[in-house]
Amino acid sequence: MGAQLRVYRRRIRSVRATKKITRAMELIAASRIVKAQGRVDAARPYALELRRAVSAAASQAASIDHPLLVSGVESKRAAVLIVTSDRGLAGAYSTNALKESEALSRLLVQEGGEEVISYLFGRKALGFYSFRNRPIAGSWTGQTDAPTYEQAREIADALLAAYNTDASEGGVDEIHVIYTRFINMGVQEAAVLRILPLAVVSASAADAPTGAMALYDFEPSAEMVLDALLPQYVAQLIYSCLLEAAASEHAARRRAMKSATDNAEELIKSLVRAANAARQAEITQEISEIVGGADALSDATAGSE
Amino acid sequence: MATLQVELVAADRQVWSGEASMVLARTLDGDIGVLPGHQPVLGILVDGSVTIRATDGTIEAAVHGGFFSVSENRVSILAETAELASEIDVQRAEKAAVRARQDGSQDDLDRAETRLRVASL
Repeated sequence: MGAQLRVYRRRIRSVRATKKITRAMELIAASRIVKAQGRVDAARPYALELRRAVSAAASQAASIDHPLLVSGVESKRAAVLIVTSDRGLAGAYSTNALKESEALSRLLVQEGGEEVISYLFGRKALGFYSFRNRPIAGSWTGQTDAPTYEQAREIADALLAAYNTDASEGGVDEIHVIYTRFINMGVQEAAVLRILPLAVVSASAADAPTGAMALYDFEPSAEMVLDALLPQYVAQLIYSCLLEAAASEHAARRRAMKSATDNAEELIKSLVRAANAARQAEITQEISEIVGGADALSDATAGSE
Repeated sequence: MATLQVELVAADRQVWSGEASMVLARTLDGDIGVLPGHQPVLGILVDGSVTIRATDGTIEAAVHGGFFSVSENRVSILAETAELASEIDVQRAEKAAVRARQDGSQDDLDRAETRLRVASL
């Protein structure tokens, strides 16, 4: 076998093996999207009921200046939670989220004159930040494809602790989350959500089509109910961001792996063509060598007679 | 007779939903029983058990970090974690209790003990 042909065959084998892997990853990601969407759906009743309760409490406790509701007069420091993936091979999923975060940071720094504190979710964001030696206020890794509520709660606790601290003592005045919204199987986009200060009052108008909300009694008091509800509401918001980002991650990975599989197929096709041409060239060459050799031989014997 | 439409929802799933004649829960101020026609209430629950007298039997659930709201015969019980008594894995809860005792984590211990108590009801 000719050297060139052997090289082609080896490359075909290696691309075939890669194709098998990317195909498997595509199928796995596809099944996980469904699971992730199921989790988003399962979390929806809680989100709905919680939003209803918070807007009920907020509408009646409107006179109360709850720290989580009131927008600071002037925000000095803003926390940004960046939701990325732990693993790569998901196309531009993490890159898009990071790009969005860079844009938001620039906006906050240039227009608001704010300092940006970064909280990171996912190893990709951690890698991006530690490679550039940037300060990290907090990071969570290891569960980006199936985030749990406990983890969301942990993140919420850390962010709330920073929010409840005065800006001059290392706290923050605003909290933003950058995550990837799941629009449909084909489209996901990085989005920014401001979590704190909360904007629940607008939600109450949308949720009460009948007009006035029922007049609630509060056990033990409206303030205490709001105190207990709002941190849960923040945790739930973060949880739903994480869940949606997980669904987006799987969708992005499926798409990336599908195009990798398609590309591998194309590559195999052109390599097989090249290998066939090389084989044919080799055969042609051999024939002409034999014919040439036979000619030379018969010429030689004809001469000796 | 009017019935209550009850939803028991945890952060990551809907635990139970159905009709009931009465709901018993413990708030920060004390036990509260909700019958049909109760006035709208929004209250914080202490970690512990919630009893739902459903139309087809009584349901016990362990809730942690929860609150409940009542309006127009709808009762929603929301909790960060909620488990029906029938779902609680007693062995796992016991193990969690032992572990919490070793670690000295009061929060985890309370949680495990609540689950054991509810499971034994």
